[in-house]
Amino acid sequence: MQVRVRLFAMMAEQAGAGVVPLEVPPGSRTGGLRRELEKRWPGVRWPAGTMLAINQEYAGPEAELRENDEVAIIPPVSGG
Amino acid sequence: MSKLLNISLTRSTLDVAAATAEVSCPDAGGIAVFLGTTRAETASGVEPAASASGGNELVALNYAAYDEMAVAEMRKIAEEACRRWPIQRLVLRHRLGLVKVGEASVLIAVSCPHRGEAFAACEFVIDELKKTVPIWKKEVFREGERWQEKGPDSPEKK
Repeated sequence: MQVRVRLFAMMAEQAGAGVVPLEVPPGSRTGGLRRELEKRWPGVRWPAGTMLAINQEYAGPEAELRENDEVAIIPPVSGG
Repeated sequence: MSKLLNISLTRSTLDVAAATAEVSCPDAGGIAVFLGTTRAETASGVEPAASASGGNELVALNYAAYDEMAVAEMRKIAEEACRRWPIQRLVLRHRLGLVKVGEASVLIAVSCPHRGEAFAACEFVIDELKKTVPIWKKEVFREGERWQEKGPDSPEKK
């Protein structure tokens, strides 16, 4: 099934992309996503404390992905 | 929660007078306004006045956001503040793009019946924003740029 991955800040610069479709097996959980993304973008460093969000809600490693989900990779935030 | 909460991202200069007017109401006893501003420093982290001449000084911070989620998280913070304090009105605005030294990147204005509540609510909102809202700053120096990678600020940086 296809999900949409969004990258930001230094990670988007290192990947050379901000939005990328990704094919994942049905029933995939966010915890396994990092391995897939590191394979796809070996040049992208994952800062300590990087979080994931599914459809704009923070999600833990057990969260299950569904078709057409938007998964955002969120490096440590620095607003304000 | 149908209180007057005005939450937004903008690429324009933040307007303090407008925000103060927005939160003003006859029942308010205190209005607290916070501005987060870009602080001068050099690439080595030393304040310009303390560095040897020729330090690579910060020119601006360049802010980027996961827009939809940033607004949603800002709204959650504002709603939590409303649960904790008797807020009458609240404005929370974050600026994106280049914010030069001395300019404001974030504006919070809160009105409450009493000043203690307004101060506390305002502080809560900025502290929470810096922990959870998906916005990132890139330091733009006279020579070179780098994304800030530190997470929420440590106690001494508050």
